[in-house]
Amino acid sequence: MAPDPFYVRRLKPETDDTFTLALQPADGPSKFNFEPGQFNMVYVFGVGEIPISISGDPGDSKLLFHTTREVGLVTRAMRQLKPNDLVGLRGPFGTFWPVEDAEGKDVVIVAGGIGLAPLRPALYRILSRRDRYGRVVLLYGTRTPADILYRHELEQWRSRFDLEVYATVDRAMSGWRGNVGVVTTLIPRAPFDPRNTVAYVCGPEVMMRFTTQELQKRGVNKDAIFISMERNMKCAVGFCGRCQFGPTFVCKDGPVFRFDKVEDWLMKWEI
Amino acid sequence: MSMPMFSLTECFILSQKSFPRLFEVLQAKGYQVIGPTVRDGAVVYEQLSSVDELPCGWQDDQGGGTYRLKRRADNALFGYGVGPHSWKKLLHLPAYCLWSAQTENGKLQIAPGDGPAPKLAFLGVRSCELHALAIQDKVFLRGKYVDPAYRQRRENALIVAVNCAQPSGTCFCVSMNTGPKASFSFDLALTEVIESGQHFFLVETGSPQGAELLGQITEQKATQKDKDAAARVVANAAAHMGRTMESAGIKDLLYRNYDHPRWEDVAARCLSCANCTMVCPTCFCTTVEDATDLAGKQASRWRKWDSCFTMDFSFIHGSSVRASTKSRYRQWMTHKLATWFDQFGTSGCVGCGRCISWCPVGIDITEEARVIRQNDGITLTKEQVHENQKP
Ligand SMILES: Cc1cc2nc3c(=O)[nH]c(=O)nc-3n(C[C@H](O)[C@H](O)[C@H](O)COP(=O)(O)OP(=O)(O)OC[C@H]3O[C@@H](n4cnc5c(N)ncnc54)[C@H](O)[C@@H]3O)c2cc1C
Ligand code: SF4
Ligand code: SF4
Ligand code: FES
Repeated sequence: MAPDPFYVRRLKPETDDTFTLALQPADGPSKFNFEPGQFNMVYVFGVGEIPISISGDPGDSKLLFHTTREVGLVTRAMRQLKPNDLVGLRGPFGTFWPVEDAEGKDVVIVAGGIGLAPLRPALYRILSRRDRYGRVVLLYGTRTPADILYRHELEQWRSRFDLEVYATVDRAMSGWRGNVGVVTTLIPRAPFDPRNTVAYVCGPEVMMRFTTQELQKRGVNKDAIFISMERNMKCAVGFCGRCQFGPTFVCKDGPVFRFDKVEDWLMKWEI
Repeated sequence: MSMPMFSLTECFILSQKSFPRLFEVLQAKGYQVIGPTVRDGAVVYEQLSSVDELPCGWQDDQGGGTYRLKRRADNALFGYGVGPHSWKKLLHLPAYCLWSAQTENGKLQIAPGDGPAPKLAFLGVRSCELHALAIQDKVFLRGKYVDPAYRQRRENALIVAVNCAQPSGTCFCVSMNTGPKASFSFDLALTEVIESGQHFFLVETGSPQGAELLGQITEQKATQKDKDAAARVVANAAAHMGRTMESAGIKDLLYRNYDHPRWEDVAARCLSCANCTMVCPTCFCTTVEDATDLAGKQASRWRKWDSCFTMDFSFIHGSSVRASTKSRYRQWMTHKLATWFDQFGTSGCVGCGRCISWCPVGIDITEEARVIRQNDGITLTKEQVHENQKP
């Protein structure tokens, strides 16, 4: 249960309050394998340890990427890290987006804000085997245009013929010519065949409540929708009890759940 | 209720006079004996150096929010019901150093924090407590991950169970099928018999280790009469449960009553003090704390008992998922009696009654369950819900 040391190789600011760390094992095997949607426990010396999703390409096992939003004690300390600083790392933990099972189908990825981070590895994996999938659609919502993550990459993706990217913002600013409104408003018009679609959803809990409803209205089956849950976590191995979500432990039974398995719990309050 | 059986293994007799031999033999084998003793007006589990420290002649009065010791008419050593301590404090430590880290010349070194586990003999483990240990085993040993510290301590522990003769006013092990007779997972199990001028212990062995120990203490075999006397002790305990709880179908009962008005009712009384979770022998939740030295070169990470009743417990994104007391009590009780089954294939409650006795306002899990069962399926009206959501 003790973490392994990792070197910080780069710290790249993404938006005002988010940044991506590139990490590399300080000793032991130089590779780090993971599945899209899994997370690590990242420890900042003397400050604390927090769960952060892996946001990089699962096909590249040399550098490990984490995109983090600065919200409190540990995330603020992470932001201060410099190349060659050391952090502790345990992982990877948790369930993952079952992208292999989606082969032959359309894939709709719905992300809200920082929720794009744990979904990016799924996109990388799918794009690396693009011919095995039908239509691939990314629906992305943020509060303002300034909060859009991985902007440069999204623009590149948008210019691909085999990937459809739609972004929307809650509040527009001058110069924004895209959609305005919550991300669910993109679902009715998005180009996919609901009967043959797998959907991956990650964002705030309310956003996932509405998104799963909207996807069902379009005709996507409950068992073809996957969501990624978030809870307070202290251990990631099922011991601290903090991440309980109804009968599940988000750290080991999740964070990725098939929607129909947790629907009853998601639709209740204060679970 | 059928008579408890004492015939599976051969039983032996340990006289009251030779009882101290048990201590001597355990200590000679290198065990620290941990057992019941009276401290600050309660029976607690501490390291014992001799039989004299046992709660001889004490028993307790327990009820919702009350615990009081009183003298017994006899010299029973184990004539009390469970107190505020449970054995979990010796296996799943209240505070435990997970690991410590050092930075030296830009290198980060991380070392496990646990030292070697002590060899402990638990004396006086009740049947419900054996079940509680088995439940925590499922949490820490039988899942996808194993807690190495818990495993070491658990493997080292020798268990001397003592069947209950005098359940407390808040006990309901019979309802939970967890007692009062120790039926598994012990090295030795004792029944204290005080009857017609006699005072002796009937001893059953539960492991080769237990048998070997006992061989050094007594060779006196129990007669059928002795066994019958011991069976009466346990049957009498079973007939004197302080509480009952209908446990059949309880998981589904709670699953379909998330919106039951009783949750509001109990929330109005609950202080969110977390006492129930601290005294509960199965609650396992923890938090972590980081400590650093002044120079900032050394850091350690401590795991500490925590409770689902704290605001911090479910904190994400600047607020708590379970902000209301209602949702926290519901989480606790539903975990004990419902979600635990899905998580670990067993109830999370063994009916020990501690949470009832040690609740400062006497909230009673058996009573809460009973009321929900009596009004199964009722929910608040829309107007009431609206009323409740007002700030
Ligand atoms: C599976 C999973 C994946 C995540 N992936 C990402 C990600 O990729 N990028 C990202 O920016 N954030 C992610 N988060 C959220 C991130 O863990 C929290 O933002 C972070 O823990 C906040 O820590 P802090 O000390 O900076 O905040 P503070 O507000 O100072 O935290 C105060 C206390 O609350 C606790 N806390 C607050 N939020 C959380 C939380 N969500 N989980 C556990 N403890 C919390 C902290 O441990 C601390 O004790 C993820 C969370 C989970 C559960
Ligand atoms: S919930 Fe109460 S009665 Fe049940 S095991 Fe815990 S403390 Fe004992
Ligand atoms: S969630 Fe609450 S009831 Fe469940 S084990 Fe943790 S502290 Fe006990
Ligand atoms: S994070 Fe500790 S149990 Fe899941």
